[in-house]
Amino acid sequence: MTATRAQARWSRPRSVRSWVKRGGLSALVLVLPLVLVFGVFSWFPIVRAAVMSFQTTNLISDPVWVGLHNFQRVFADPLLLTAIRNTVYFTLLALVFGYPIPLILAACMNELRRAKGFYSVLAYLPVVVPPVATILLWRIFYDAGPNGAFNTILSWFGLGPWPWIQSQASAMPSLVLVATWSAAGATVIIYLAAMTSIRGELYDAADVDGASIPQKIWNVMLPQLRYVLLVTLILQLIGTFQVFMEPFLLTNGGPANSTLTVLLLIYRYAFGSGGTGDFGAATALSLMLAAFLALLSWIYLRATRSWSET
Amino acid sequence: MVQVESFEAKYPWITVEPSEYEWDPATFSAQVAGGTLPTLFQVPFTDIQGLIAGGQVADITDLVAELPYADAFNPNILAVTQDDAGRLYGLVTAAYGIGLHYNRALFEQAGLDPDSPPQTWEEVREAAAAIASETGVAGYAQMSQANTGGWQLTSLSYNFGGRLEDGTGDTVTSTVDNPGTRAALEFLQAMRWEDDSLGDNFLYDWGTINQAFAAGQVGMYTSGSDVYNSLVTENDIDPESYGLSVLPLSGGDAGVLAGGTVVAVKSTATPGEVDAAVKWLDHFYLAKLVDEAAAVADAQALAESGAPVGTPALPIFGEEQLAQSDAWVADYVNVPLDQMSFFKENILSQALVPEPSAHTQEMYAILDSVIQAVMTDENADIATLLQDAQSQVNALIEQS
Repeated sequence: MTATRAQARWSRPRSVRSWVKRGGLSALVLVLPLVLVFGVFSWFPIVRAAVMSFQTTNLISDPVWVGLHNFQRVFADPLLLTAIRNTVYFTLLALVFGYPIPLILAACMNELRRAKGFYSVLAYLPVVVPPVATILLWRIFYDAGPNGAFNTILSWFGLGPWPWIQSQASAMPSLVLVATWSAAGATVIIYLAAMTSIRGELYDAADVDGASIPQKIWNVMLPQLRYVLLVTLILQLIGTFQVFMEPFLLTNGGPANSTLTVLLLIYRYAFGSGGTGDFGAATALSLMLAAFLALLSWIYLRATRSWSET
Repeated sequence: MVQVESFEAKYPWITVEPSEYEWDPATFSAQVAGGTLPTLFQVPFTDIQGLIAGGQVADITDLVAELPYADAFNPNILAVTQDDAGRLYGLVTAAYGIGLHYNRALFEQAGLDPDSPPQTWEEVREAAAAIASETGVAGYAQMSQANTGGWQLTSLSYNFGGRLEDGTGDTVTSTVDNPGTRAALEFLQAMRWEDDSLGDNFLYDWGTINQAFAAGQVGMYTSGSDVYNSLVTENDIDPESYGLSVLPLSGGDAGVLAGGTVVAVKSTATPGEVDAAVKWLDHFYLAKLVDEAAAVADAQALAESGAPVGTPALPIFGEEQLAQSDAWVADYVNVPLDQMSFFKENILSQALVPEPSAHTQEMYAILDSVIQAVMTDENADIATLLQDAQSQVNALIEQS
């Protein structure tokens, strides 16, 4: 009965006039700026990029339709495989090391009685620091000489100077560290909020059954956070596949293309070679990345449908 | 601005609207498409051929021919802005050669004589090793990022007698894998892994290597001879510790890479705008090189604003003209010219070699990763790296 009453209230108005009377016009006026801005600055460039991926253009003379030539050019590029491999490597590292850390931090902070707000601010501060300032800061930290900031700290524990971003093997893990530091805070806040909504009786019930702390975490907290965890996981996957800022600003894809990611490759196609870039190849690779991420999300949502609450 | 007023008095039908502009490859195409590119703008040597190929700069051959000094240009300088058919698409307003910049204070600390900089690459290697062991900072540094690595490797290859491309126009092929480039990379490899004189940080581009040098973290590096201007205005270098010398040349075919600034007109300008732009080019950029009053006024203005005057440059018109314009502004020179004397006295006798013209920036990007591999991987195989790079560049040439 509640359903039919609700249905009756929001049923389609029988005429335009009754729609206007119900406030349809003010709703339209409120939504119009958003649609316009979104349309001009988000949707139009997306459609334009899709069109450009089938053309060759230098933005001055008329573009030339070239069919699938740009996609073929991208596939033939030896750096494409390198970029994909590096991006997958970054995503896996971020998943193994960067995904659990906000959860652990939030779990610890949740136990605090009094200083929770203070620690929340501390955790969120890296998110607020402007990205370029972050990179400059970490570039100083990562100075590979024996007197670099991190190397000095390591020397206090008897560990040798590490090359950080100056070596092909350690460059990518160094970038993961920066990315985790700057993004963890936002996820910590989300987890904290989710944890406060877990009913206390569940923990009490677990206590009664004699559960230890790890058991309580595994059997009470994680299942209750299931939905939030699934959402943050797919958001992290989508975000890390598009990593650009850290490789661009810290290492510019180096050393020797060991931190070249797909988005950095797109940037190089478009802006890397002086004033004349290959926008066709850049937009083609962007489309391919977007299609891949859409497919990944679809598979993910189908696979986890049974676990989520929706 | 004084020059704008005098120009508009001379040509009352032209209005000059100055705008702040700096060459930025990332935003250039967007500016062209959006119509916000100034009518007349500056481009480095290394990018102008790409713009000519992309149809983004206007043909000014006929307008330049009308200028009074049209015949006095150094033909090698004119070639920088010409296409294969000989049409002119811009004018060079400043030219430099790559030089060896060294820190005199670090030289003294290492027991070397700052007044006698290294004359051969062996001496450079010894000096770098001495600086590294006596002071702990990098004795020598090499640019390696943002296409500057490829640019400097090209310069070093020329010093060892190598050339990175063969032929011109449609018949060009890449010869990135040549004895000169191999020798250059082996030289860097030896300094990095045998002498450990390159320090611990290897990811440098044009701006960050200047920063490191001005901060005293680098003993020697190679870059354009005009870099002192930037070191003063942006990096606050101590003039006493700065020294400039010429690059050692090794072998018969050895030469020095030339670079500089080109001023060009955008191709979407109307014929009237192009005409006005060339007149402004003449009035503001080139008059100070051929006319005494203009030269003195320009030097005075620069000196009063604290900008460097007198950094050694290459002649655009000819050696006598350069010597004459140097004499005109001698009273306003505020750079340590005697610390740059090695460069000034010897650069004109060195063979100048232009940059490779086919897919220059893309080739530089490929060579960036070659240099970075040599510096970060002890087992880097130079032969394989160069062969790969060469086939990549040739693939790019075939595609276009």
